Amino acid sequence: MALLRDSGIRAPFQRFSVLGLKALVLCALSVALMVIDYRQNQLQVIRAALSTAVYPLQLLVHSPISALENLSNTFASHQALLRENAQLHAAAQTDAIRLLRLASAERENDRLRALLNAAPRISERVAMADVLHVELDSLRQSVLINRGTRDQIYKGQAVLDPYGVVGQVSNVGPVSAQVILLSDSTHSIPVQISRNELRTVATGTGDPYRLTLNYLPRAADVKVDDVLLSSGLGGVFPAGYPVGRVVEVHRDPSQPLLTVSVEPYARLDREQEVLMVWFDQPAAPPPPPEAPKPTSNKHKVAPAVGSSKTAGTP
Amino acid sequence: MTRDRHVPSALIYACSLLALLLSALPLPASFAMLRPDFLLLTVIWFALTAPRAGGLAFAFAAGLLLDAFQGLLLGEHAFSFVVIAYLVHRFHLQVRMFPQAHQVLTVLALLFFYQFILFWIDGVSGHPVTRWARWLPVLTGTLFWPLLDSVLSRFMARR
Repeated sequence: MALLRDSGIRAPFQRFSVLGLKALVLCALSVALMVIDYRQNQLQVIRAALSTAVYPLQLLVHSPISALENLSNTFASHQALLRENAQLHAAAQTDAIRLLRLASAERENDRLRALLNAAPRISERVAMADVLHVELDSLRQSVLINRGTRDQIYKGQAVLDPYGVVGQVSNVGPVSAQVILLSDSTHSIPVQISRNELRTVATGTGDPYRLTLNYLPRAADVKVDDVLLSSGLGGVFPAGYPVGRVVEVHRDPSQPLLTVSVEPYARLDREQEVLMVWFDQPAAPPPPPEAPKPTSNKHKVAPAVGSSKTAGTP
Repeated sequence: MTRDRHVPSALIYACSLLALLLSALPLPASFAMLRPDFLLLTVIWFALTAPRAGGLAFAFAAGLLLDAFQGLLLGEHAFSFVVIAYLVHRFHLQVRMFPQAHQVLTVLALLFFYQFILFWIDGVSGHPVTRWARWLPVLTGTLFWPLLDSVLSRFMARR
């Protein structure tokens, strides 16, 4: 009997094999998991436990590559280190001078905002995180970082690198978190063109070097080399960080919408370290998990800065 | 491969762990697309040769572990692994009698079905990946199967 059961052959007068029943139960269990997981954050405990359980394995995968990097650091020549040190010193000097100017500009900005009765700028805090060399899913653009809820990382948190916006946290465990990159084909980020404050949404393509703007009408004022900044709409990403540069504008007379390609500034496929950003959100409901798109009318042109602000003054 | 083998469960765990690590090994993007589904192939092999030790519960656990690694939707891989393992388990006596080429074709069909389930779940949950690269692991997995089969069979025969 036991033999019959395990080999999946039905015993006489038995309508269902034990194997089928087992499969049914396990399938139902996994479907239940999927449904509960799909409906937001109900499975945090299980997810946290699982991600902690697999973290040592992920570190194991990461270790040979990081060891190789450490090795090359150890054997870097004295000369090369001196040269690098001198370069970094020079860069730090110029940055310090720029920062001085920035500080005075910020003070001036605060004063002007106070004059206009505008809301004070939001303050931000950043921390570094290391990207682990672990492949998560070759079809999707995401990376694993070595910080989690232990370091106050939260789901939906914005992630930057020294060049621009990288993405947002999609899953967070106690000691690690997954970051979905701008270039993932299911990710969108609200942006505006710095030249004319035209607001739109940049969507990933699955290629780490390309984003697209899918919702611009044919008449929209967009040119090659336009710089895109995060617009801060939706409350996930802080406003004003560089996202990418327009590299191609394709105007097809037969199509109502433009085809615009954008090259992201962040080096999405070569990240070593990323910056996690905390910023005080302006009083608004907590951000939804996906980067929300603005209202259906994507090509809304922002009013000129001056006019909206002066409305508040007497 | 015509009879049930006694396989110590430690060996199954070791193989699955290796497969899981292989599936997480970082590769250049063009190679990463070609990476076979190592863990699924391992699950299929054990469901075929040692259905008692490498049964459905094992497939479920392996899938859940992969979900924890990739972390899109918990239960997605667990579900598809259980379905595939059930099919293999149900027909393992027939499949074992197939000639080699026939067996490889069976694996091709299973891998295709697996990708299709994932594709479908991705679509339903609103994260569709429609690139053709999604179907590449089906082919590479099929090509990898004879190698995996001969290595594991030889390893078992020696014991």
